[in-house]
Amino acid sequence: MSDAVHPHDAHGHGHDDHHEEGSHGSFGSYMIGFGLSVILTAIPFWLVMTGALGDPKLTGFVIIAFAAVQVIVHMIYFLHMNTRVEGGWSFMAMALTLVLVVIVLAGSTWVMYHMNNNMMPHADMDMTGEMNAGHDMNAMANMSEMP
Amino acid sequence: MSSATANTEPRAYHLPEEPHLHEGHSTSLGFWMYLMSDCLIFAILFATYAVLGGSFAGGPGPKDLFDLPLVAINTAMLLFSSITYGFAMLAMEKNKVSATQGWLFITLLFGGAFLFIELYEFAHLIHEGAGPQRSAFLSAFFTLVGTHGLHVTFGSIWLITLMVQVAKKGLIPANKRRLMCLSMFWHFLDVIWIGVFTFVYLMGVLR
Repeated sequence: MSDAVHPHDAHGHGHDDHHEEGSHGSFGSYMIGFGLSVILTAIPFWLVMTGALGDPKLTGFVIIAFAAVQVIVHMIYFLHMNTRVEGGWSFMAMALTLVLVVIVLAGSTWVMYHMNNNMMPHADMDMTGEMNAGHDMNAMANMSEMP
Repeated sequence: MSSATANTEPRAYHLPEEPHLHEGHSTSLGFWMYLMSDCLIFAILFATYAVLGGSFAGGPGPKDLFDLPLVAINTAMLLFSSITYGFAMLAMEKNKVSATQGWLFITLLFGGAFLFIELYEFAHLIHEGAGPQRSAFLSAFFTLVGTHGLHVTFGSIWLITLMVQVAKKGLIPANKRRLMCLSMFWHFLDVIWIGVFTFVYLMGVLR
């Protein structure tokens, strides 16, 4: 039995050590990740600070896209995530987390957006432009009451 | 038969796969699970901010408060600390103790700079009367960004602890495992910061 186990055991250790060392990445991969991160951070800041795209909505979508790409870059080059780490279980956990994050974020904003709309006084409902003004005026009235 | 084998070796009651389960074999998976649950905490805080981020209560909004160049510097600090931690891991793989310690120390400096700038920003906001009590937007902002800052604070304490551990015991397997966990934690915090600077600061100024 000991003969049967030990080579297996040694193989297991050898495999794990190799696996751990391999999963830390190399100087090159860290530098690629760093370079990409710098670019993917600098462009959104530049877009917002200069207003180069003009339309705030378009700028918003573009910087969200940059953030999504940068998260993936960090996952691959810094966290060394792939579908093979820990026999795929890390990736499965991440996929489940991603689903939950999307449900929490999308669900919350969706529900609260509709609730805010339904709770709004009817006079403000037809004009979205006045929605903010009315909101601010109410708030300012509240503020003046405060000490 | 059993008596014959019992003489040569102790009887073992375990599965053939058990030798795989050496100490710390599943630490990285377990730690990854923790990070994912931490990610859900941040998801809830992001959702809270998304819902309350427009409720200024007549107070100052993101455009009046956020100083993007400062946030850019902060982002750079965290990004630099990520790459220097990466270099520490590379030095650790080559069993270079002093290089590992050096890169860890530089990482600590960048992390400290990040925390210093963030505390300066918070102090500035509170001094201007834009503290967490001012509006729902500021409550959500301080909770989200403050929680991230607390994570970086505890990560820095952990980093100091590991530097002491490495100084005392060297790069033993247990310390390597701990450094690997902290590396995941540190890079994870950088990933969360991508969400913070995009959704809170940049989108806030765009709003």
